[in-house]
Amino acid sequence: MRVLVVEDDLEAQRYLVKGLKEAGHVVDEAADGETGLTLALSRPYDVAIIDRMLPRLDGLRLVETLRQERNTTPVLFLSALSDVDDRIKGLRAGGDDYLTKPYAFAELLARLDALVRRRDPGSIKTRVAVGDLELDLLSRTARRNGSAIELQPREFRLLEYLMRHAGQIVTRTMLLENVWEYHFDPQTNVIDVHISRLRAKIDKGFEAPLLHTVRGAGYMIRAHA
Amino acid sequence: MRTHKILRTQAFRIVAIYLAIFALSAFALVAFVYWNTARVLDRETDATIQAEVTGLVEQYQRLPFYTFTDVIIGRSVRGDEGLYLLANNNHRVIAGNLDSWPQISPAENGLVEFSYQRRIGAETQLRRARGEVFMLAQGFYLLVARDVDERRQLESVFQTALLWGTGLMILIGLAGGFLISRRVLTRLDAINRTSGQIVEGDLSQRVPEGHGGDEFDDLAHNLNRMLDRIERLLRGIREVSDNVAHDLRSPLNRLRNRLELAAMNQPPDSETARDIEAAVQETDRLIGTFNSLLLIAEAEAGSVRETIHEISLTDVIEGVGELYCPLAEEKGQHFSVAIPPSGAVIRGNRNLISQALANLVDNAIKYTPAGGHVAVTLENSGDQAVLNVDDDGPGIPPADRERVTQRFVRLESSRNSPGTGLGLSLVAAVARLHEGRLNFGDHHPGLRATLSFRRVGDEPRPAKIVTPELLPQPEPVG
Repeated sequence: MRVLVVEDDLEAQRYLVKGLKEAGHVVDEAADGETGLTLALSRPYDVAIIDRMLPRLDGLRLVETLRQERNTTPVLFLSALSDVDDRIKGLRAGGDDYLTKPYAFAELLARLDALVRRRDPGSIKTRVAVGDLELDLLSRTARRNGSAIELQPREFRLLEYLMRHAGQIVTRTMLLENVWEYHFDPQTNVIDVHISRLRAKIDKGFEAPLLHTVRGAGYMIRAHA
Repeated sequence: MRTHKILRTQAFRIVAIYLAIFALSAFALVAFVYWNTARVLDRETDATIQAEVTGLVEQYQRLPFYTFTDVIIGRSVRGDEGLYLLANNNHRVIAGNLDSWPQISPAENGLVEFSYQRRIGAETQLRRARGEVFMLAQGFYLLVARDVDERRQLESVFQTALLWGTGLMILIGLAGGFLISRRVLTRLDAINRTSGQIVEGDLSQRVPEGHGGDEFDDLAHNLNRMLDRIERLLRGIREVSDNVAHDLRSPLNRLRNRLELAAMNQPPDSETARDIEAAVQETDRLIGTFNSLLLIAEAEAGSVRETIHEISLTDVIEGVGELYCPLAEEKGQHFSVAIPPSGAVIRGNRNLISQALANLVDNAIKYTPAGGHVAVTLENSGDQAVLNVDDDGPGIPPADRERVTQRFVRLESSRNSPGTGLGLSLVAAVARLHEGRLNFGDHHPGLRATLSFRRVGDEPRPAKIVTPELLPQPEPVG
């Protein structure tokens, strides 16, 4: 995918660009807000990574201007600001996701994937399926290989989120933010326990597991290994 | 107005003490003058009486009895203040200007005092007199006295005046002290009220300053200057911590990125890859500690006021309970949640309060042995919503309960468990931010951690009690 990186910390920018390129993306970079805005308006990007505090044009203003110009490129804010209110401000300005520095590169990649996939018009569905696992979003039921699986409401939301991002890495933080709507780090890794329960429900007794753990990154649901 | 409060002011106490000292010394002075004057006058009278008695006794011995009687009669009708009475041994009157032998009571100097009737025109007065009784030869009694009624009346007026004067002085003094104290208290109250608001986090408040230039205006002025300075310093600290946040986050970010990129270039499972992985984990721990510190600093600075709304504690408890229930069950613990039907609405930041509760529940699960209980309950007590997290763990000794909320403090007993020593600091900071309280108590056995917040109202929804049956169930094993 085509990624725009607007970051004034040049060393951070260099590693970001290098990492993204190694992950197979095409990257354009800018070191200040004005250049970033010009780039964003002149070429189509799949996603933009924008630092919250930029010289010449602040990150928030950049995104506000972008949205005023009816540009809908998904924006991921990067921020070294510690304020709890800052996330809200970023999302209100038109950002789609918000990542606080320092972050794990795997986390960034996973979030970019999720942002781009969200733009996919096919994402408004009533059914999702991965292999022989099917989810009916209207009746809130799950079946694997034709037989019903009993799920608690939160387990359903967890599975739904994983399946909507089938084939992508989903990090623990993403799950906590999107399934539980919490923006904090639990001291203990409670998400792992929820995943292992879900795994017991959907994979137990089947030869091919669907729910995979990606070491050092998170989880992924996919049909074939 | 707050009479009780006024009576307890320092100003009133000082006034009362000075008043007591002044009243006592004034009373003593006047009483001394009075007593001395009275004594001198009495002594003069006594000397006159004694001289007269001596003279009369001499005449009694010299003159025949009937001539002596004439002397007495002569003196009796002289019309001055002198009182004379000659009586036989049965106290029968022989001569003199008293109708009968009076009821006498002893006085000092061997003299006596008595009351007698005196006719002035048609009226009869009961008057006081002071005199000496002398027993003459042949069993006759001689009484020589002086009317002291006017002096006694004067004395009594003097005494009454002294008592009333002292009483009035005390009364007026107390009233004055009361008024002065009230004035002082009014000024101090304004300062105290402002201080209270400042303690609660509103640093923009200032003490009202008058233009009289008295010591209270000086105090108010200096307090305000101090507050200006504190505000400037706090702003400075906040700017520094924001800068530190920015300046440390960026290098930490680069460090982590660099390590991750280095790992990408290594064959997986090589020794270098494992070393890098360990370094990344160490960096993450550092980042975690750093983030917690910043979050605590923010909560303490009260900089999240923008995201404070009316939130339902039921939602918070159910959310956190549901997040942690599987973890507790995995550790073989019994986890329960109990919420009263009314629920509770408070004003707060949902994310921070959830995190605070999550930290308490996390700790409870961490320190409770398998088979133990972890219970989260909500109670409404007056205008407070009280959140209890109870466990069966080792608890916290009472001496350490204050200390555990300080940053990086970890008790000896938990030194080997994972954790940064910041979890409870964050809970305490969140409580303070919401003007709530974090307390630790005994759960016999175990710990009861209590978070209380000011309650805004009930939740407009049907009764709901969450029991473990409603939460995700553990999978049957096998």
